[in-house]
Amino acid sequence: MENIVIGKAFVLGNNIDTDQIIPAEHLVYSMDDENEAKMYGKFALSSVPKEKSGLPEGNIPFVEKDKFESEYQIIVGGSNFGCGSSREHAPYALKKAGAKVIIAESYARIFYRNSVDGGFVIPYETKEKLNEKVKTGDVLKIDIENNLLVNNTTGETFNLNPLGDVLPIVSAGGLFKYARKSGMID
Amino acid sequence: MGMTITEKILAKSAGKESVKPGDNVWLNVDVLMTHDVCGPPTIGIWKNEFGKDAKIWDKDKLVIFPDHYIFTANKHANRNVDILRNFAEEYKVDNYYDVGTSRYKGVCHIALAEEGFNIPGTVLIGTDSHTCTSGAFGMFSTGVGNTDAAFILGTGKIWEKVPETMKFTFTGKMPEYLTAKDLILQILGDITTDGATYRAMEFDGEAVFSLSMNERMTLCNMAIEGGGMNGIIPVDSVTEAYLQERTNKTYDKIYSDEDAVYHSKYEYNVENLVPLVAKPHSPDNKASVREVEGTPITKAYIGSCTGGKIADFQFAAKILFGRKVSVTTFVVPASTEVAKQLETEMYKGQSLKQIFENAGAVIAKSSCAACLGGPDDTIGRTVGKDVTISTTNRNFPGRMGSKQAEVYLASPLTVAASAVKGVITDPRDLM
Repeated sequence: MENIVIGKAFVLGNNIDTDQIIPAEHLVYSMDDENEAKMYGKFALSSVPKEKSGLPEGNIPFVEKDKFESEYQIIVGGSNFGCGSSREHAPYALKKAGAKVIIAESYARIFYRNSVDGGFVIPYETKEKLNEKVKTGDVLKIDIENNLLVNNTTGETFNLNPLGDVLPIVSAGGLFKYARKSGMID
Repeated sequence: MGMTITEKILAKSAGKESVKPGDNVWLNVDVLMTHDVCGPPTIGIWKNEFGKDAKIWDKDKLVIFPDHYIFTANKHANRNVDILRNFAEEYKVDNYYDVGTSRYKGVCHIALAEEGFNIPGTVLIGTDSHTCTSGAFGMFSTGVGNTDAAFILGTGKIWEKVPETMKFTFTGKMPEYLTAKDLILQILGDITTDGATYRAMEFDGEAVFSLSMNERMTLCNMAIEGGGMNGIIPVDSVTEAYLQERTNKTYDKIYSDEDAVYHSKYEYNVENLVPLVAKPHSPDNKASVREVEGTPITKAYIGSCTGGKIADFQFAAKILFGRKVSVTTFVVPASTEVAKQLETEMYKGQSLKQIFENAGAVIAKSSCAACLGGPDDTIGRTVGKDVTISTTNRNFPGRMGSKQAEVYLASPLTVAASAVKGVITDPRDLM
């Protein structure tokens, strides 16, 4: 696990559901074949209504047309991020697009588990509504050891909630790596 | 200190005397269910992680229903079903219900009940968020992703944090114009889509116990729409009668203690409730049908794990009998068993199938179909600026296909009444 993640912020609203993150029609691609798997990156966050994509201005695509990766590595959402279906393709798609960290006020349970257990993205919670304080394009520095977010663009610093019980799984890089490390499986 | 039914089942599964909310426990899984969307990646992770000699922890506890993208020309979707078929053959998975055979069932959550996999007091984990449907049988059931499912496939185990429980009590006698869908839309409007995140939703009260198993499944099915980890209804004589028809397995009847501790308690008298819709674009965007009546619609849809059970079609038939629909209306029986029941269940001397055909509805083959949009050629999918009223479970942007479409969620009574009038209509006007 990297201790410091620096990247550009992509800001979203509340209740970003898994259909907005990766529309169901795209769930047919193989994750084992790289030519197909990159399609998940291409369509990540593609069903977010245009005016709500890349706040506060909106109308900013997460992934440019004809590209498979995003220029944004840190997603800043509101409450109930990842609600809806159980599709692990959702945090996987964000990872394929290049996202490393999500910052949100709260998460839906299955999306949170999938992010952690699959080792795709680090889901940080915050007490404050940071999606109202950070703008799309701001350069953020996430200090994972100290649970801090520094907005390099504005100079502001915010606390992130410690990862708590899931920290060992996040640190290991996912459920299987954690289970091997702790001797649960060979 | 007493425990809730959810806490007791989790304690039993974890091999502990007792548990309390916030405890992290490793559960022993009784049934793992997967389908054509999440099964193939689950199998992929399982093979990658456990290697060439990967073994299924207990193949009798693995159940696979292809159900999501079945009747489509999409080659990637069909490849997913091929992966399941080959896997079932290679590892001799008896509980595989293949497309194109007499074993094909359709929507997994309904098939689990019909095939006797829902056993009170047990733990059922599925790679689908609506796995919470099975909680109607006094069991713990919840949805997970592919990695967790792959881990279970190899070890039979999953970690869970014991949830707090919210209790929802419905008193009074169910009026004929109200269904379980209205009850859950009421709750969702009150608690919002994250009001039950990481919590159990326990349903109680005389009105709940007056419901059929089908209707109880509707109630538990949409627990996830409140963010709930599981929905649960303890066993009673209705549950026992259903199980007697479906399984020989013995089971534990588990009940919450009198002094169990709840996160919160909600109480409703059903006689004071009215037919509801969830307006676009969220299941908690509650309005009474009266508030939105007259809104023009372009399609009506009756189907899915939420609203495609035989009880849902019995409600719809009451309205559609002797009437014609005035917008394109899709009838999608959740399972092949429900499809057969459409032919045998009668209302006023006609089979439900006859009633729907006479009304001019399109009857489709059993699958998840347009509930989650699906490939372009999926029947009932929204296109352009469709305004659909639907018995399904989600109306997030793009959920049923088109990103420009608007979806209203409602009971089968309300959907049928609206289909007849071509505008959103309170079912009481046609009863």
